[in-house]
Amino acid sequence: MNSSLNLLIGLAMGLNLVALGSGRLPSVIRAVAFQGMALGLMPILMEHSNWLVVTVSLGTIAIKGFVIPFLLRRAMRAANIERESEPFIGFVPSLLLGAGGTIAAVAFSRALPLLPEHAGLLLVPGALASVLTGFIMLIGRAKAILQVCGYLILENGIYLFGLLLIHATPLLVEAGILLDLTVGIFVIGIIVDRIQRAFDSLDTRKLTVLRE
Amino acid sequence: MKELLLIFVPFGGAGLAAIWPNGRTRPFLLPAVGIVHTVICLWLLVYPPKFEPQTWLAFDPLARAVLPAVSLLFLACAVYGVTYLRVRAERPNRVFVTLMLLVLGLLSAGHQARHLGLLWITTEAVTLAAVPLLHFNATPRAFEATWKYLLVGGTGVALSLLGSFALGYASLHGGGGGDLTFVALMAQGAGLSHPWVLTAWVLLLVGYGTKMGLAPMHTWKPDAYGEAPGIVGAILAGGVTTVAFTALLRVRAVVHAAGDGPMADRTLIAIGVFSMVVAALFLLGTRDMKRMLAYSSVEHMGILIIGAGFGAPGVWAALFHVWSNSLTKGALFLSVGNIHRAAGARTMDEVGGMSAITPYSAGIFVAGLFAVTACPPFGPFFSELALVRAGFSTGHSGAVAAFLGCLLFAFFGLTRLVFAIVDGKPKTASKASGKRFPETAGVIIPALVLMALSIWVGIATPSVLHEAWSGAVAQLFLTP
Repeated sequence: MNSSLNLLIGLAMGLNLVALGSGRLPSVIRAVAFQGMALGLMPILMEHSNWLVVTVSLGTIAIKGFVIPFLLRRAMRAANIERESEPFIGFVPSLLLGAGGTIAAVAFSRALPLLPEHAGLLLVPGALASVLTGFIMLIGRAKAILQVCGYLILENGIYLFGLLLIHATPLLVEAGILLDLTVGIFVIGIIVDRIQRAFDSLDTRKLTVLRE
Repeated sequence: MKELLLIFVPFGGAGLAAIWPNGRTRPFLLPAVGIVHTVICLWLLVYPPKFEPQTWLAFDPLARAVLPAVSLLFLACAVYGVTYLRVRAERPNRVFVTLMLLVLGLLSAGHQARHLGLLWITTEAVTLAAVPLLHFNATPRAFEATWKYLLVGGTGVALSLLGSFALGYASLHGGGGGDLTFVALMAQGAGLSHPWVLTAWVLLLVGYGTKMGLAPMHTWKPDAYGEAPGIVGAILAGGVTTVAFTALLRVRAVVHAAGDGPMADRTLIAIGVFSMVVAALFLLGTRDMKRMLAYSSVEHMGILIIGAGFGAPGVWAALFHVWSNSLTKGALFLSVGNIHRAAGARTMDEVGGMSAITPYSAGIFVAGLFAVTACPPFGPFFSELALVRAGFSTGHSGAVAAFLGCLLFAFFGLTRLVFAIVDGKPKTASKASGKRFPETAGVIIPALVLMALSIWVGIATPSVLHEAWSGAVAQLFLTP
């Protein structure tokens, strides 16, 4: 069970690097969607399957794997952009930063003690690596849709971390968190749409009126 | 059950506003709900309810010490909102009124949340509910501000979730049964896993600090406050930041119980002083009156956080400062809103001589200037005096010196800008727009009332408030 879970976490970490190294919006969105689906499978592997776990799992797969990517693709088509041409941080430097961050995450997570049942799992390094990847994308990309993808990867990292607590916290809290995230993405989607209409572009470099 | 009414009455009001057919009468729901909320809040302040320590939601001493201030601020803003939305009748107000009420309900829930996860959910929900309020004006500048607010605020909220998980795992690793109420976490105390507590503290401080607008995570604040309507700015600066502050106070109490108190207090003082320095420097440079309010808010958040680092007397002073800051900031935001509308511009290059066009608002603006820079007889003077005394009594004279120095520079920066806007000759463009947006009682009285409350809370602090603040300090410094 642990090895299949680790395989999925490794897959998610690999997808981080795919998202960092690509400038084509469809492939980044696809990477985020696959990562969301991999994350959605994990609770079933970790918990004894009762209906609540299965529901949360299926909900996660549906939202992270299908609904959000669908919204992002729609925004992409409306804005008529296919790729990031001038990122703030280039693709090769982002990849190197992401790889370095992944190594640092593995090293740092050794300093944190784990319960015996989590000892063999890659959850903590996977979580930290995804959070770092998310940060790199938030800072390094100029297109609003890619920044949203970065935010999603950041959230996926936090979700991975939350799996450590799946035995302890009532799933009620998890459901509330998932709901909040969903609403958040909808709100972000609406704002992206408004920015597109107001500026006729989704390039955040144009958002520079407000500064000292 | 009254404490649940504080949450469900605004929610009900929000639902009603969403289906209310008439746009002209809909804004009256704001003061209607505001009055009910304030009455219940003051009732609970005077007659605090009993509650089970393990409950997730309760009007506990900490909520009792700060929530009434937020409620009073909301009521004043709600009364102002009726006139404001009539003046701005060209904008649809269904979403605005609904979300203002939703924000009030969520703020009530956030202040009363005694569970780590519930606290996070309410903070995140407040963040999201405030988004459409920020771009009420629907200008490109407003969308830009909203985008920055979403990205920075969203990242902050995400980090505080990570921190909450880390604190939860600290409890689990230390043998806890997964009970994430603050009472249970404090009771576990030194049993919490040490490395995880440290990780959690850093993440939660950055996360909720972003929500409060502490430097260097304050970057969303000038944009958001600058572009949002005045009442939204007042609620953000006086209500939403207060939720994040109480969240940090609750987490700080857990970290203290875990035995890392001195470390936590040092980081609080350091980040507080840094916020004050950054705010003072930007106050010396800014030429925009609404952005000025944002930097002033960063400064006061720094003051609150420094207070939280000064031990029990410091927390007491900080709770006092929550009141004086919320009420004063409210008056300032409302008067600046009036001046901005009448002048049609916001920077000291384009605006001048407003004492001739909007005499009342300009008067409140100047009074508010002296209030936020801690001149007697206004509330902030007394709360900051208490804070300085707390700093000396706990042996933090260096931090107190830095604090006083920053206050002085902030005073220079604020007076420079305020008097440039109030004094001099009115600009021709402002004369025309001043006729279009005359000062009416509906936009002056709420600001005046807030100003009067700010004086009252300083010179005649009622004993029930003294008792409420002391009760909250006792709750937070409970050593199991």
